[in-house]
Amino acid sequence: MYSSLLTFSYLIASVTFIVGLKMLSHPATARKGNLVAAVGMTLAVIGTIFLYEKDGESLGNYGWIFAGIAVGTILGTVSAKKVKMTAMPEMVSLFNGMGGACAALISLVEFDHLSYAGTTANPDLLLIVVLGLVIGSISFAGSVIAWGKLNGSIKDFAFPGQHIFNLLVLAVIIGMAGYLIALSPAQPQWFIYGIFGLSILYGLFFVFPIGGADMPVVISLLNSFTGVAAACGGFLYDNKVMLTGGILVGAAGTLLTILMCKAMNRSLANVLIGSFGGGAKATAAAGAQGSYKEITLSDTAVLMSYANKVYIVPGYGLAVAQAQHICHELEKLLESKGVEVNYAIHPVAGRMPGHMNVLLAEADVPYDKLKEMEQANDEFATTDVVLVLGANDVVNPAAKSDPASPIYGMPILDVELSKHIIVNKRSMKPGYAGIENELFFRPKTSMLFGDAKKVLQDLVAEIKSL
Amino acid sequence: MQTFLHWIEANQSILYIVILMIFVGIEVIGRVPAVLHTPLMSGANAIHGVVIIGAIIVMGQAAADNYLALALGFLAVVLGTLNVVGGFVVTDRMLEMFKKKK
Repeated sequence: MYSSLLTFSYLIASVTFIVGLKMLSHPATARKGNLVAAVGMTLAVIGTIFLYEKDGESLGNYGWIFAGIAVGTILGTVSAKKVKMTAMPEMVSLFNGMGGACAALISLVEFDHLSYAGTTANPDLLLIVVLGLVIGSISFAGSVIAWGKLNGSIKDFAFPGQHIFNLLVLAVIIGMAGYLIALSPAQPQWFIYGIFGLSILYGLFFVFPIGGADMPVVISLLNSFTGVAAACGGFLYDNKVMLTGGILVGAAGTLLTILMCKAMNRSLANVLIGSFGGGAKATAAAGAQGSYKEITLSDTAVLMSYANKVYIVPGYGLAVAQAQHICHELEKLLESKGVEVNYAIHPVAGRMPGHMNVLLAEADVPYDKLKEMEQANDEFATTDVVLVLGANDVVNPAAKSDPASPIYGMPILDVELSKHIIVNKRSMKPGYAGIENELFFRPKTSMLFGDAKKVLQDLVAEIKSL
Repeated sequence: MQTFLHWIEANQSILYIVILMIFVGIEVIGRVPAVLHTPLMSGANAIHGVVIIGAIIVMGQAAADNYLALALGFLAVVLGTLNVVGGFVVTDRMLEMFKKKK
């Protein structure tokens, strides 16, 4: 009776995951979708705690379980509530890493159980345990590096022959796992910890050489890894809800990763082997680009208030400066003067796809003002002023003209089609991908240096006083 | 070959779930607009937190004197809860900003 009740609650939870993901993919229902999945998850967790039985025995150690859940809930809620909008992508990466670590730990303990049992372990079970361990550990280590890279505390790091080294580590992991599963299951504890350690090492070196600008792709990939690791748990316990949730995320995450690579017109292999990484920066030495011209605030104010159509191109600089609210104010002010203002959103602007949308939505910018790349590119020709706010690589013409550039082939926002381009940046330093931007030296471009928030505040004041 | 076929037969319901879920996952995410990529990734991140169930089972089955299993299991429960709770709260915070106007 109890166990069939549990099966029923798992069934409902599985359905809520699917429905939740479906609702999450439409703007109008997204928030409710998240809630639906959360309710299903709660149901499955509570059901497991009170109704789970194995060989007629229910679970013990309630004190530990509730203490663990309490600690996790408090830490998770506080950190998720406190995190700044700019740091959201890092947070997602970190939470993903926690899930991966959880899967790895389950495998460690289960191996312990299998060896405690003393009997010759079932190779199927061993395979699943080791698979969950390896994938979970890689996901954990990789996510932590991705987190560090996004918040700037870990720099790109690569050494010659690193890809060979990585492949070797992976080969050793597979070799050890194969030996354990197929030939000699009765290995001591240290053997499984050896696999664990090597998997962590692989995760670290897998993400180290990949450039910071490619982190969104990496996080999405590791997200699907963790999904597969969770599904391994589903196999292990013959638990349908873990299986459903894990595979669902594994499949969706893989597709999302591929979609993101497509948005940059690169293959996944190209991202992972890392043309952004290490030595590629030599191509940036185009050097003597000539001179750029600066524009004053008052000129900018005049130019923008008397334009018919203005496009704003937001980038990571906007997020760092927390300038989304003042940006919305500028937009409203210009609209009140009869200027048509829209935002051009590059699919990989910021540090994650949709990063800019989330940021601008926070400032109450209407949804229909955010134009996707294709639409914006059609409209730039009839646009008077394009204001580039802290974006760089996504407007770099080198992506179209310079085959030697690391971003060659990535579709960009063709801001050059418009009459004037005003670029706000803090300095002439190159963008996240570490490459120069010719756009800044073009005759139609003017530079407006300063912190995005400060500059926009002054600009709004200037326009008001016109 | 014999063992392989036997394995398929023994695990058929699981294999069916895996295959169907791969298609469901792809279908569900296929038509998502770019604006929702980040929240969707974050939501999916929270859903794979279902791994917490495995952690609870491990914890609940650990022998009272097996301190290694208890410690690792406890850590797994904490990390899994972080993944679930943190994931859903962060997603909700992102989506809070998509409030409808008009």
